[in-house]
Amino acid sequence: MSSMNLNWAAIEADPKFQNLHRRKSRFLWGLMAFSVFYYFLLPIGAAYYQELFKTQIWGPVNIGLVFALSEFIVAWSIAVIYSKKANQEFDVLAAEIIANAQQIGGKK
Amino acid sequence: MKHSFSLLTLLGLLAQPALAAEAGAVSPEYRFLTFAVFGAIIGLTMFVTYVAAKRVHSAADFYTAGGGISGLQNGWAIAGDYLSAASFLGIAGLISLYGYDGFMYSVGWLVAYITVLLVIAEPCRNIGKYTLADILAYRNNPKATRIVGALSVITVSTFYLTAQMVGGGVLVKTLIGIDYEISVVTVGVLMLAYVLFGGMVASTWVQIIKAVLLVTASIVLVIAVWAPYGFSLPAFLESVVGDAKVQAQVAKILGDPAKNMSAAELGQRFLEPGLFFKDPLDQVSLGLALVFGTAGLPHILMRFFTVPTAQEARKSVIWAMAIIGGFYVLTLFLGMGSAIKVGSATIAGVDKGGNMAAPLLAQFIGGGADSMLGNFMLAFVAAVAFATIVAVVAGLVLAAASAMAHDLYVGVIRGEHVTPAEQVTAARISTVIVGALAITIGIAAKGQNVAHLVALAFAVAASANLPCVLLTLYWKKCNTGGIVAGMIIGTFTAISLVMVSPNMTYPEKVRKDANKALNGTPASEAKPAVEAKPAEYFFSDIIAIGKGSVKAKPAEDAKPAQPGLIEKIAKAEEKLPTIADAADKAKAEKDLAKLKKDKAKAEEDLKKVEGQTESMAGLTEPWFKLKNPGLISIPLGFLAVIIGSLLFRDRRAEEMWEELYVRQNTGIGAAKAAAH
Repeated sequence: MSSMNLNWAAIEADPKFQNLHRRKSRFLWGLMAFSVFYYFLLPIGAAYYQELFKTQIWGPVNIGLVFALSEFIVAWSIAVIYSKKANQEFDVLAAEIIANAQQIGGKK
Repeated sequence: MKHSFSLLTLLGLLAQPALAAEAGAVSPEYRFLTFAVFGAIIGLTMFVTYVAAKRVHSAADFYTAGGGISGLQNGWAIAGDYLSAASFLGIAGLISLYGYDGFMYSVGWLVAYITVLLVIAEPCRNIGKYTLADILAYRNNPKATRIVGALSVITVSTFYLTAQMVGGGVLVKTLIGIDYEISVVTVGVLMLAYVLFGGMVASTWVQIIKAVLLVTASIVLVIAVWAPYGFSLPAFLESVVGDAKVQAQVAKILGDPAKNMSAAELGQRFLEPGLFFKDPLDQVSLGLALVFGTAGLPHILMRFFTVPTAQEARKSVIWAMAIIGGFYVLTLFLGMGSAIKVGSATIAGVDKGGNMAAPLLAQFIGGGADSMLGNFMLAFVAAVAFATIVAVVAGLVLAAASAMAHDLYVGVIRGEHVTPAEQVTAARISTVIVGALAITIGIAAKGQNVAHLVALAFAVAASANLPCVLLTLYWKKCNTGGIVAGMIIGTFTAISLVMVSPNMTYPEKVRKDANKALNGTPASEAKPAVEAKPAEYFFSDIIAIGKGSVKAKPAEDAKPAQPGLIEKIAKAEEKLPTIADAADKAKAEKDLAKLKKDKAKAEEDLKKVEGQTESMAGLTEPWFKLKNPGLISIPLGFLAVIIGSLLFRDRRAEEMWEELYVRQNTGIGAAKAAAH
């Protein structure tokens, strides 16, 4: 893969890129941690909190079923939240950096 | 523990010889329908391949469809890659037999895509070109990382491929009754035709067609099942709880404790956890392998190189999540629907693992086994399942062939000095090699227990591929030493733990079970209650050191001896001539035939392990107690990358970090990289 002729270190150090990096990292890893945590609540709940999962709340529908269905809703919500955030914020910030790449990173 | 067989073994279940019905699920007089539907679907995919073949000129066309696939199209193709026969037939089957636990199982497969969406898809699009090893080679020693990367890709693909080929052969045999070898060769030849002539363009479109057919068929079935209840969830589940077949199934699973439960309680139990999964640690281990393994599967990763930009990559994961998630919600109705319409006993009668639940439901909804429409619907679902296997195998072969041709041949052997024409030739030759290998392995593995292979594929992807990809993208100090260490240790740990896990065949246990089935169990005395005890050592529940924890058990009454198959058959044969009623007699004959089949199976098992006392790894019982190695091998894989990187510091890898990090975040130069 041929390297482009840019001063990558300068771009990396640029406040614009640092801003993107900070926002993105915090958002992505936070969302990632939450989704893993929420997912593992299901097997843990099904194994150790069976009485709770068996509680019927809507005819034969119990908390366990509702919780399993909620996993789908949460996964889809994460996808929508991320995509909104990325489209509205990260893509805009990245586009600015790309537009100024030659200027900030200039030829070495 | 009879129901807690490996969680990733759905495809493996398909592959056990005992499940293969002799004549196939479609009755012979309607066989022409099956061939018509199969013919139509194969014809359609062949036409697509013909059109695609005209568009494949360069290596980029062959590997990544020239980066010209849109986000929506790629989303359907990813869903197609992921909704293999295992999830389509397997999960619906699990739900039909075990209720809630089957549904819970499907959740992990969707959640896995969050990892792909958040941290893998876009950076890979921005950094990679054709293969996983492209990402690893970016700022590291290209030869070393390409070798380990390509070997890992080939390993993962081969495991997955073997399970698909064996499972596919058995599935086609069960559904329409053609020979195992012919099925395997047909799958292999069709797949080769798609990949060889149409490359990624054809593979992608075949996946899209198949995914659309699959989703459409499922929606039709779910509407037919759910509409009578006015699309009300409680009303539908009420009928599940009240169904006598469901109650009988729960009573059968629970055994003795079911005796004190009312019919309503038994039915409700179907909607509660604990009928299938016994060991929570195993489930957590599987969850880890899914959440980290999916993002490391080479044929999934490769899909992100087929879209033009990171934005399209993002869009494709979102579409894939919508389709995959929506499909898994439908499986709840497919599974529960077949439990009440067809009945668990009938489903398990055709196939122990429940894989025939969805096809049988289709047959029922069409009007049953004797109707034209019923058989047409069964044939349609069967054809979709067949297309699924061919398409998934095509994706896997493409991934393995690209690692062989692009990484090993072009990258390592020729040092990147090849003409574009040579690249395409190398890709096609590799495809033929991998395809021929897949057919050979598929036939050689006939009747083998390949259950552990899917688990292995996910485990290796999660323990070797993912730590390397993730850390080279996000950790400045990651370098060649880390990648090589991570790939080797991750792969090695995952494979060796599976080799000593309960997934393997342990002759002693097989012999004990078979003897018990044949000769029955002697009477047992009353047992006092057992108190819960913690494990002797911290790791005792995972590996065979010291005593594992003990769960509390209530006191048990004395039990009379249980008759074995030999005794049961003798009694049934004695009774048969005394039955006068024709219908009763037919039923008794059917029961007797089933008993005899079970006896033959037990005797065959005994014969297979004759003279053996140890498993392939030389053990009499599993040393590692979990079915999935993820809990141990994933952390070890990450650790190996970190330690390897710190031990062999590499200035160049760190100097290249800024370039990689800026590119993976912004996509500068990505369009250009795709153009070459």
